[in-house]
Amino acid sequence: MSGKLAERDVVNGRESPSASGLAVARPSAARRYLNAQSDSAFSDGFFKTLMLASALTIFVIVLFIFLELAWQSRMAIAHFGISFLYRSAWNPVSEDFGARPFIYGTLVSSLLALLIAVPLSVSTAVFITEMCPIPLRRSLSFLTELLAAIPSVVYGLWALVVLVPLLRTEINPFLMRTLGWTGFFEGPDYGVSMLAAGVILAIMILPIISSITREVMSTVPQSQREAALALGATRWEMIRISVLPNARLGIAGGIILGLGRALGETMAVTMVIGNRPEIARSLLAPGYTMASVLANEFTEATTSLYLSALIEIGLVLFLVTIVVNALARLLIWSVTRGASSRMA
Amino acid sequence: MQQRIQQSGQTWRRWKNHLATGTAVLGALVVVAPLLAIFAYLIYKGASSLNWAFFTKVPKPVGEIGGGMENAIVGSGVLLTVASLIGIPIGIAAGVYLAEFGRKRLLSNLVRFTADVLNGVPSIVVGIAVYSLIVVTQRHFSAFSGGVALGIMMIPTVTRTTEEMLLLVPHAVREAALGLGVPNWRSTVSITLRTASAGIITGCMLAFARVAGETAPLLFTAFGNDDKSLALNQPIAALPLQIFVYAVSPYNDWHRLAWAGSLVLIFLIVVSVSLVRYVTSRGVLKGAS
Repeated sequence: MSGKLAERDVVNGRESPSASGLAVARPSAARRYLNAQSDSAFSDGFFKTLMLASALTIFVIVLFIFLELAWQSRMAIAHFGISFLYRSAWNPVSEDFGARPFIYGTLVSSLLALLIAVPLSVSTAVFITEMCPIPLRRSLSFLTELLAAIPSVVYGLWALVVLVPLLRTEINPFLMRTLGWTGFFEGPDYGVSMLAAGVILAIMILPIISSITREVMSTVPQSQREAALALGATRWEMIRISVLPNARLGIAGGIILGLGRALGETMAVTMVIGNRPEIARSLLAPGYTMASVLANEFTEATTSLYLSALIEIGLVLFLVTIVVNALARLLIWSVTRGASSRMA
Repeated sequence: MQQRIQQSGQTWRRWKNHLATGTAVLGALVVVAPLLAIFAYLIYKGASSLNWAFFTKVPKPVGEIGGGMENAIVGSGVLLTVASLIGIPIGIAAGVYLAEFGRKRLLSNLVRFTADVLNGVPSIVVGIAVYSLIVVTQRHFSAFSGGVALGIMMIPTVTRTTEEMLLLVPHAVREAALGLGVPNWRSTVSITLRTASAGIITGCMLAFARVAGETAPLLFTAFGNDDKSLALNQPIAALPLQIFVYAVSPYNDWHRLAWAGSLVLIFLIVVSVSLVRYVTSRGVLKGAS
C-alpha cells in the first residue's frame, strides 16, 4: 500500500514524506485523491476536446488559406476568366493581366533544378547509405542537413555575389560556344537568368531529395542486400538489383517533394532570375516566376484589379503545390508505411 | 575459352562496380562543394564585417557608412517569440490528439495529411493569406501579423514530430499511470509528454530554425522598420528581411551588412540544429526503457 502511494505521489510530481505514516482511521490518501478527482470524466472530455480543436485548427488553416485566396481574387477571376492562365500580357497601367510568363518561368526553373539535382542527390544518397565508411556517413548526412537549414535569402545573397558573376564570366560563354546552336544558350548574357535560378534551386532542393532517398533506401531490408551479395553480385549490382527497385516509389516521392519546394521557392529565385515577364527560349534570358512576382509587386499593387490578379497567381501557386505535395506524400507513404520515419 | 569469357565478364562487372562507386563519390563531392563554398564565403565576408556596432546600432540613412542591425535582431526576436507562442502549443496539442486519441481514425488521417500539405504550402502564399486576414482588417502592417504567419508555418513540423515521439513511448508507461487511477489527461501531460519531452523539444527547435530564416511571408506582414521597435501593432524589422533589402541594394556598405547579418542568422540556425543533433544522439527518450 505504502509503495503504491509513494508511486502516486511521484506521478503527481510532489514529494510527500508523510504518505507512509498516515493514520488508519482516516480515509486513505488514494481514496481521498479519487474523491477529489471524481469529475475526471469531465476534465478528460475537456482535454480531449481541446486537443481535437488544435488538430482541427490545422485543417481549418489550410481551408482558410484556400477560401481567402479564392475570395480575394474573385475580381480577377470574373474579369479574365480562364484566359488568365494562358495570356501573356502583364501591364499594370492598362490593367491587362495574364499569368503565362510566370507559370512558364516557375515550371522551367523548377524542371531545370530537378534536371540538375536528381542525379546528384540520388547518387549522394547511394554513396552515403551503401558505400560510405561509417564515420564519414554521420558527418556527410549532417552536412547535407545543414544545406537544408540555410535560409533562402542567404542562398540568394551568395548566388547574387558569387554564382551570377561566375556564370557570366566562365560558364555562360562556354555554353554559348558549345551548345549555342540548340537555341537554349544564346542572346545577350546578363548573368541573372533562368539558368542561374535553376542552379540555385537545384542546390536548395538537393538536401530534400537526398535525405528522403536515404530514408527510403534504409527501409530496404538488410537481408535483401545480403541475398544479392551471396549470389555473387558486386556492390553496384546489389544496389541496382535489390535496393533501387524497392526504393523507387519513395525516391519518386522525394523528387516530387523537391519539385514542390522548388515551385514555391521565393527569395533566392527573385534575387537571381532577372524579373522580366517575358517568355524566351534561351535559358540565359531573364524570366519571372509566380512566387517572385508576388514578392516584388504585391506591396506595390495600386488598383484592386492588380491586387486581385496577383492574389489569383497566389491561388494558382497554392493549388499546384498542394497537388504536387499530395502526390509526393502518397508515394512516400506507400513505401515507408509501417516503418517509423520522419519527413523534413 | 569459356573460362576466359567468364573472366572478361568478371572484369567488366568489376569495372562497372568501380565506375558506379566513382560516380557516387563524385556526386557526393559536387553536393558538398557548394555548401563548403557558401560557408567559406560567408565566414570570410561576414566575419570581416561583423563588429560591435552591428549589434548595437540601427541602420544609417542611405549613403552614410556604418550603422548596424540592432532593429532587425530585436525584431526577429519579437517575431519568433510570437510565432513560437502560436505554433508550439497548437502543434503539440494537435500531435497529442493524433498520437493519443485518434490513431486510426479517418479524421486523424485527414489532419495528418493536411499537416503535410501545409508544410509544403509556399511561405509567400501563407504571407498573402495572413495579409488579407490581419493586415487588411487592421489597415497597417504589424509585428503581430508577421508572427502569425511564421507561427502557422511552425505548426506542421511540431505536430508531426510530437506525434512520432509520443508513439515511441511504450504503452506500459501509459497503462501504469492509468492503473493508479490517474485521469487520462493527467497521464498524458505528466507522464507521456514528459517522457517524450526531449524529442518534442527537438521538433520545436527544428521548426524554430526553419522559420527563423523565412523572408517571404514577412514582406507584406512585418514589412520592416528602420527603427528599433517592440510594439506588436507596428511594422517591425527582421533579420532575413533586412538581409534581402540590403542584398539587392546597390551599396557596398549595405552588402557588407547583409553578409554580417547572414553570418549571425546562420550561426543561430546552425547552433540550434547542432543542439538538436546532440540531443537526439543522446537518446530521444529519457526515462522510458
